[in-house]
Amino acid sequence: MTQKISERVMRIIFLIAACMSILAVALICVFLFANGIPTMLKIGLPDFLLGTIWKPSNNIYGILPFILGSIFVTAGSILIGVPIATLTATFLAFYCPKRIYSPLKSMINLLAGIPSVVYGFFGMVWIVPTMKALTGKSGSTMLTACILLGIMILPTVIGVMEPAILAVPDAYYEGSLALGATHERSVFCVVIPAAKSGVIAGIVLGIGRSIGETMAVIMVAGNQTWMPQGLLKGVRTMTANIVIEMGYASGLHRQALIATGVVLFVFILIINLSVSLLRRRAAS
Amino acid sequence: MSKRITYLKNHPLAAVVKCLVWLAAIITAVVLVFLIGFIAVKGIPNLTPSLFALKYNSENASLMPALINTLIMTALSLVIAVPIGIFAAIFLVEYAKKGSKLVGLVRITAETLSGIPSIVFGLFGLLFFTTALGWGFSLLSGSFTLVIMILPLIMRTTEEALLAVPDAYREASFGVGAGKLRTIFRVVLPSAIPGILSGIVLGTGRIVGETAALLYTAGTVAKVPSSLLGSGRTLAVHMYVLSSEGLYMDQAYATAVVLVIVVLLLNGLSSLLAGRLMKGQK
Repeated sequence: MTQKISERVMRIIFLIAACMSILAVALICVFLFANGIPTMLKIGLPDFLLGTIWKPSNNIYGILPFILGSIFVTAGSILIGVPIATLTATFLAFYCPKRIYSPLKSMINLLAGIPSVVYGFFGMVWIVPTMKALTGKSGSTMLTACILLGIMILPTVIGVMEPAILAVPDAYYEGSLALGATHERSVFCVVIPAAKSGVIAGIVLGIGRSIGETMAVIMVAGNQTWMPQGLLKGVRTMTANIVIEMGYASGLHRQALIATGVVLFVFILIINLSVSLLRRRAAS
Repeated sequence: MSKRITYLKNHPLAAVVKCLVWLAAIITAVVLVFLIGFIAVKGIPNLTPSLFALKYNSENASLMPALINTLIMTALSLVIAVPIGIFAAIFLVEYAKKGSKLVGLVRITAETLSGIPSIVFGLFGLLFFTTALGWGFSLLSGSFTLVIMILPLIMRTTEEALLAVPDAYREASFGVGAGKLRTIFRVVLPSAIPGILSGIVLGTGRIVGETAALLYTAGTVAKVPSSLLGSGRTLAVHMYVLSSEGLYMDQAYATAVVLVIVVLLLNGLSSLLAGRLMKGQK
C-alpha cells in the first residue's frame, strides 16, 4: 500500500515539474507586460514607438531609432550569415569527404558554444580596428555589428538546415541525376527546394538569434542614439539600449527601458511562433 | 582525373557552385580557428599568477573571485534546474497521454522559453527576483534567472534520452513485477544517463557564458559575496566589465582564454557523453 502512495505522490511531483515551464512563461509575460504597457500608454504609444528622439534627460522617449537599428543589424547579419550557412549545410550534407565531416561538425558545435561576450571582445579588438584601417573612420559601425552577428548565427542556422536537407528522400536526388542533371543542379534545384520549410525555419531562427543578441552588439556597434544613418555609422539596437542605460536609469526612464524590452519580447514571440509553424509544416 | 576536368569544363556553372560550397565551409572553419587562435596568442602570455590572486584589487584585476562566483552560480542553478528538468521530461515521456492538451502547452512554453533572448530573462529577473521578491542584486537572483533559461534545454535533452531507451527495457521491468516508479528510477533513468549528462554539460556551458541575463540580476561586484544574497560577477560578466572599462585589456584577453578553455572542455565532455550514448544504442 505504501508503494501506491509513493507512486501517486511522485506522479504529482513530476506533473508539477512539467508545469514549471508554463509557470515561467506566464510569469515572464505578466511581469513584462504589467510593467511595460502602462509605461507605453503614459508616454503615448505613437510617441514611444514612432518617436525619433531618445532624450531621457528631457523626458523624450522615442525608440524608433533602436527598433530600426535592431531591424537593420538583423537584416545585415542575415544577408551575410545565411548564404554562408546554407552553403556550409549543403557542404556537410553532399560534398563533405568522410574524413573531415566529424572535425568540421565539432568545430561548428564549438562555434555555438563560445559565449557572446567572447565574440564581442574579438569584434572589439580585431574587427573594429580592421574596419577602421579599411575605411579610415570609426570602426564601431552597423557594418561591423552585421559581420559579427553574421558569424554568430552560423552554427544555429547550419544546425537547423543540415538535418532538413538530409531528410529529403534520396530518390529526389537520384531521379534528378537520372534525368541527366549534374550533381550541382540536382542538389541546388531539386533537393534544397524540397527542404524549403527547414531552410526557412533555419533563417527565421537566425533572425531570432540576431535580434536578441546583446553583449556582442554593444561591444562593436557604437551605440549612438541617433536614427540609423548608414552602414558605416554607429547604431544602437533595442537590446543595447536596455543594457547600457539600465545601470543608472530611474523612474520613467527605467520604465521606458523595460517597455523597450517588451517591444523586443513581442518581436521574439512573433519570430518564435513562425519558427514553430514552419517546423510543423516541415515535419508533416 | 581528366574525366572530372572535362565534366567541370562542360558544366562551368556547376564548377562555380562547387567552388562556392567549398569556400563557405572553409570560411566557417577559418573563422573559428582564427578567433580561437587570436585569443590564445594574445591571451596566454597574460595568464600571470597575480590574475589568480584570491582578492580582486585595482592592481591585479584578479579573475579568481569571478571564477569562484561562476562555480557557485553554476552549482546552484544546476541543483535547481536539473531535477525540475528531469522530472518534467519523465512526466512528458512516461506519464502523459499522447496528444493531451497539457503536454501540448508544456511543449509550446518550453519552445518559447528556449527562443527568448537572455536580455529578456535578465529584465524579468530584475523585475521578479531582484525587485518583487526583494532579493536584490544577488547570486540567488542570478541563479534563478539562469534556471529558467536552461530549463528547456535540460528538459529537451532528457526527453530525447528517455525516448531513446527501448520499450523492451520497461516491459521487462514490469514483467518481473517492478512498479512504474521503480522501473523509471532503476531501469529507464540509468540507461538514459549519458544523454541527460550531455544536456547538463550544455546547460553548464550556457551558464558559464551568460552575461546579459546576469548584469542586472547578479550584479557586477568583483568579490565573492559572504552569502547567496550578496552580489557577485561571474567570469563572463567580469570579462565584459573589464573590456568596457578599457583599463585592463591584458587581463581581459587572459579572461577570454580561460572562458574559451572552459567552453572547450565542456564541449569535449558533451560530445564524449553523446558518443557513449550512440554506442549504447548500437
